[in-house]
Amino acid sequence: MKKSTIILIIVALIVLIGAGGIKKSYNNMVTMEEGVAAQWSQVENVYQRRADLIPNLVNTVKGYAEHEHETLEAVINARAKATSVTVDPSNLDAASLQNFQEAQSGLSSALSRLMVVMEQYPNLKANENFMNLQAQLEGTENRITVERMKFNDTARAFNTYIRKFPKNIYASIFDFEKKAYFEAEKGAEKAPEVQF
Amino acid sequence: MKKILTGTLLLITGLFVFASDLPERPNPPTLVTDYANMFSQAEEKHLESKLVNFFANTSTQIAVVTVEDLQGYDKADYAFRLGEAWGIGDSKFNNGILILLKPKTANSNGEVFIAVGYGLEAVVPDITAKQIVEHEMIPRFKNNDMFGGVDRATSVLIDLTKGEYNHKQYAEKAEESRGFNPFIFFILLFVVFPLLFGRRRRGYYSTGGRSSLPFWLALGLMGGAGRRHTGSFNDFSSGSGSFGGGGSFGSFGGFGGGGFGGGGAGGSW
Repeated sequence: MKKSTIILIIVALIVLIGAGGIKKSYNNMVTMEEGVAAQWSQVENVYQRRADLIPNLVNTVKGYAEHEHETLEAVINARAKATSVTVDPSNLDAASLQNFQEAQSGLSSALSRLMVVMEQYPNLKANENFMNLQAQLEGTENRITVERMKFNDTARAFNTYIRKFPKNIYASIFDFEKKAYFEAEKGAEKAPEVQF
Repeated sequence: MKKILTGTLLLITGLFVFASDLPERPNPPTLVTDYANMFSQAEEKHLESKLVNFFANTSTQIAVVTVEDLQGYDKADYAFRLGEAWGIGDSKFNNGILILLKPKTANSNGEVFIAVGYGLEAVVPDITAKQIVEHEMIPRFKNNDMFGGVDRATSVLIDLTKGEYNHKQYAEKAEESRGFNPFIFFILLFVVFPLLFGRRRRGYYSTGGRSSLPFWLALGLMGGAGRRHTGSFNDFSSGSGSFGGGGSFGSFGGFGGGGFGGGGAGGSW
């Protein structure tokens, strides 16, 4: 009787202490996961910002370079494709992130081709509006690099957190999953060179 | 699996290598940190006091950092990482600007980048940063006038950012987020002010002399100055130096943890 009471108390204590630890870990995981999602929306914002610049850029270029129809078309199509791919921030797995990244890098390369072509149009390069757009585009590429880096950092912190013992057990119980990273890819990590 | 492991390992090593690549935050904190020795001592001092004064008046931190080499990184990337790592600007307003310079050497171009903190992107848009680089800095750098270029650029940046957070707004914002500490108010009211003005208590509201400053205004000024200076009350004594009319501050309180989001522009020469 007495012995079983003691055992019961010990078990209750263990459960209590354990529950406290689980609660803390769980809450931390929720906070960190929200942080990752918030950073993801920053990433989407900067990509959106780039997409928003494109119609204006295309219109400006059109007036000067009529026969670059194909290059312009490619940019418009790549933009449409890039804006159609969205990622659910609660499901940042490798496959969806890769999908997103592929669509965006398609736009990056279409844009850099356009910039190369523009080199042949001195009148366009001297256009005030175009120069402004170029600077904005360049700045947006910088912002994309920065936000991607910050996203990777927050995702890495989250992944490290949920993979440590004993939090890995809680994470699997509560279904917290590892977040995917942006990968450096050829040419995409570096902002396209915009020459003045 | 093995591939992933190796990849992760490489990534981590890369991170560590990079972390050690960034130059250390200056200690004691300075706004001009000339690791590449591009300025003379007098020039450095002039810039430092100009920027510290501006910081004391507006809370905007403009930092100038010169480095020998960018370790193979793009100048923009390097500038943002450095600004973020040092925390240039206030953590609430993100009102920091970093001017990063790499000298021209026999086999490499000189590089300059103005990184603008999140909070100042509206007053110093990328195109403006680009214009500052191209019109104020690069022509002077080409003539080997490093100081002239940086001096002009900082003057323009000061003019641009001057209105961003004026004294009043800053005090209001600081109040909102920090919560007004009634304790400080009472210390001011009953300890500091009697000490300062006690002697002339009778002639207090009379005209002439600096004590003609209305009591409440002086209170606001002092509170603002102390807070603005380091964000803590400890520096109240140095903050009150502004009463004398433009005493220069020896040093600033250190970088405030401001963040950078990719605003700014750069150039090469």
